[in-house]
Amino acid sequence: MQNLHGIPINYYVILSTALFCVGALGVMLRRNAIIIFMCVELMLNAVNLLLVAFSSYFGDSQAQVFVFFIMAVAAAEVAVGLAILIMIFRNAGTSDTDVLTKLKW
Amino acid sequence: MEQLVKLIPLFPLISFAIIALMNRRLSKPQAAVIACIGVLLSFIDSAVVFQSQLQSFHPVEVKVFDWIIAGNFNASFSFLVDPLSSIFLMVITGVGFLIHLFSVGYMKDDDGMRRFFAYLNLFIFFMLVLVLGNNFLVMFIGWEGVGFCSFMLIGFWYKDNKNNDAAKKAFVMNRIGDLGFLIAMCLIFFNFGSLNYSTLFSPGFLAESSVSTETLTLITFCLFVGAMGKSAQIPLYTWLPDAMAGPTPVSALIHAATMVTAGIYMVARTNVMFSLTPDTMTLVSIIGIATALLGAVIGLFQNDIKKVLAYSTVSQLGLMFVALGVGAYTAAVFHVVTHAFFKALLFLGSGSVIHAMGGEQDIRVMGGLKKKLPITYLTFLIGTLAISGIPPLAGFFSKDQILSEAFAHNKILFALGLLVSLMTAFYMFRLFFLTFHGSFRGTHDQEHHLHESPMNMTLPLIVLAVCAAFAGFIGVPHVIGEGLGLHNLFESYLSPVLGVSSSHIEASVEWMLMGLTTVLIVMVILYARHLFVSKNYVPESDSHMKGSFKKLAYGKFYVDEFYNKVFTQPLDKISLFLEKGIDIPVIDGMVRGIGKLTQGLASIARKIQTGNTGYYAIAFVFAILLLFIFFI
Repeated sequence: MQNLHGIPINYYVILSTALFCVGALGVMLRRNAIIIFMCVELMLNAVNLLLVAFSSYFGDSQAQVFVFFIMAVAAAEVAVGLAILIMIFRNAGTSDTDVLTKLKW
Repeated sequence: MEQLVKLIPLFPLISFAIIALMNRRLSKPQAAVIACIGVLLSFIDSAVVFQSQLQSFHPVEVKVFDWIIAGNFNASFSFLVDPLSSIFLMVITGVGFLIHLFSVGYMKDDDGMRRFFAYLNLFIFFMLVLVLGNNFLVMFIGWEGVGFCSFMLIGFWYKDNKNNDAAKKAFVMNRIGDLGFLIAMCLIFFNFGSLNYSTLFSPGFLAESSVSTETLTLITFCLFVGAMGKSAQIPLYTWLPDAMAGPTPVSALIHAATMVTAGIYMVARTNVMFSLTPDTMTLVSIIGIATALLGAVIGLFQNDIKKVLAYSTVSQLGLMFVALGVGAYTAAVFHVVTHAFFKALLFLGSGSVIHAMGGEQDIRVMGGLKKKLPITYLTFLIGTLAISGIPPLAGFFSKDQILSEAFAHNKILFALGLLVSLMTAFYMFRLFFLTFHGSFRGTHDQEHHLHESPMNMTLPLIVLAVCAAFAGFIGVPHVIGEGLGLHNLFESYLSPVLGVSSSHIEASVEWMLMGLTTVLIVMVILYARHLFVSKNYVPESDSHMKGSFKKLAYGKFYVDEFYNKVFTQPLDKISLFLEKGIDIPVIDGMVRGIGKLTQGLASIARKIQTGNTGYYAIAFVFAILLLFIFFI
């Protein structure tokens, strides 16, 4: 096993997988839209972490550029997403996704 | 010269466009003036063209634009001015202008006056296209166009549903004829490869072509079916009497003087083909004489002033077809011209009477109008004498020509034709005496309302009366002409197109026929006078009618009812069956079934859409996992 700053690469992989699973489960199981939103961010950052780790591991800086891009896009996405959430809350009085089922049949 | 020919139909088209587009922005008198000027300019133009035709005799072909060029099919929108079309031009624009003038007074109180003049101008345009066309296709444009205008004008007072029914009837009846014309056109193109008159009717073209007589007979038969529809011959004549629902000037212009003679024009135009097919010719003369007889018999018993004139028109058109059928094309066209004058005169006269009576058309409540309407009385008298065939008025010469040609061809045809003439004289004088002589039989209000029509209505009557009196002299028969030094101008003018009639009968025989006819007609008139003036006989009211034949004839032999039973009702039943039995269950069922199926499937599938974001997320994740498993 090769090391990265003294920590084996496996650990990075396991950590980001765990983070991703926590995020995915959160998205699936939680009801509050804000929490779901945060979980989505968590998944995104889990992937970021993996990318950075491998970038350092292979000595290739391309992945780091990628991560910057992802962070920039995520920032924009957060701005838009939060704005939508606020509007939903103002109109519906709640951010519980079980209540927000207007689009069903 | 070419420009002048192009302008002839353009004038009425322009005035139509102005009136139709400006509509309410024009005052009624303005619309009337524009309409009249349009036709007047066209008339002057036609007169100039006619004049040059008189001098040169050379047919003039004018190409306006290339219309359809597809493969070896080539039809240009082009006009042909030859003696035949120039005569029709003169009649259409001349009589047309007078009737426009009459309409100014007749329609002045009508709200739809602008619409009326717009249609009338459009009609003149299409009629001019019809006679000017240089090939069958251009003629067909005019043919359909006049039918359309006739439809619009019969149903002019569209608030009364009866008028709309009459309009529809005219349109459908004409459509049956048009189908014949269309088939004939297709056959001509397939067999000869051209629709141009100049190609088809060039000397020897038809005779040298390898087309069999049977095909040619079929073509002429189909053409004649077209003529039957437009010119109201048995079995398609029933629309014409109903067409009297339109305003009286329309009856005069479209349903007496011009449009209904389009069938005669067409047969005369294609005379080269008809001459080669004796079978069709026989049919034409049989249909013609049958129509003439039927129209005359029904006319004897009608009590509506316009209905009498309508059946008289049917009957006279029948006589023209008799002339066509015996190959006397010139006689037929001559009768078209004289008939246009006196029948337009009679219709306008009846319009003047109806105007004075405040819309009343029943001759049983008229009578004694002689003193109140002196100009109408005099002009109507001239028209009646002319249609009866009293020398030397126009009707005498044309009718005599037809009868003597018929005599030369077939004695029975002559006898029946003579009978028709006698009946014509009787019902016309019956109408005349009942309307103008005796004492007034209407209500007091109507009597008070009686008045002579204004100047702009009587002027056309006077001009037409002069024409009806003297137009006959352009076609004086040889036997009379020789003695007086008069030449038959009409025949020699038309001979390049229609040829000279081959049938000759002895001068003495012709004199005898003329004398016999005239004496008999005078006797019939005297009898009518005896009956309706001396004895003051007035036809009984509908409920008191005696005699089964009389009832039968008054009911127009119930041909309408017969057609209704035999054609309309079964057709209705079939349509109803197709709707109830096939359209709704089968076709609609199929379309609706597909819709129902989609709906059913969707109602199951849409259950998946819970609207709950959590489910979507789970589905999303599991789908991705599945994809991973599938691909790795």
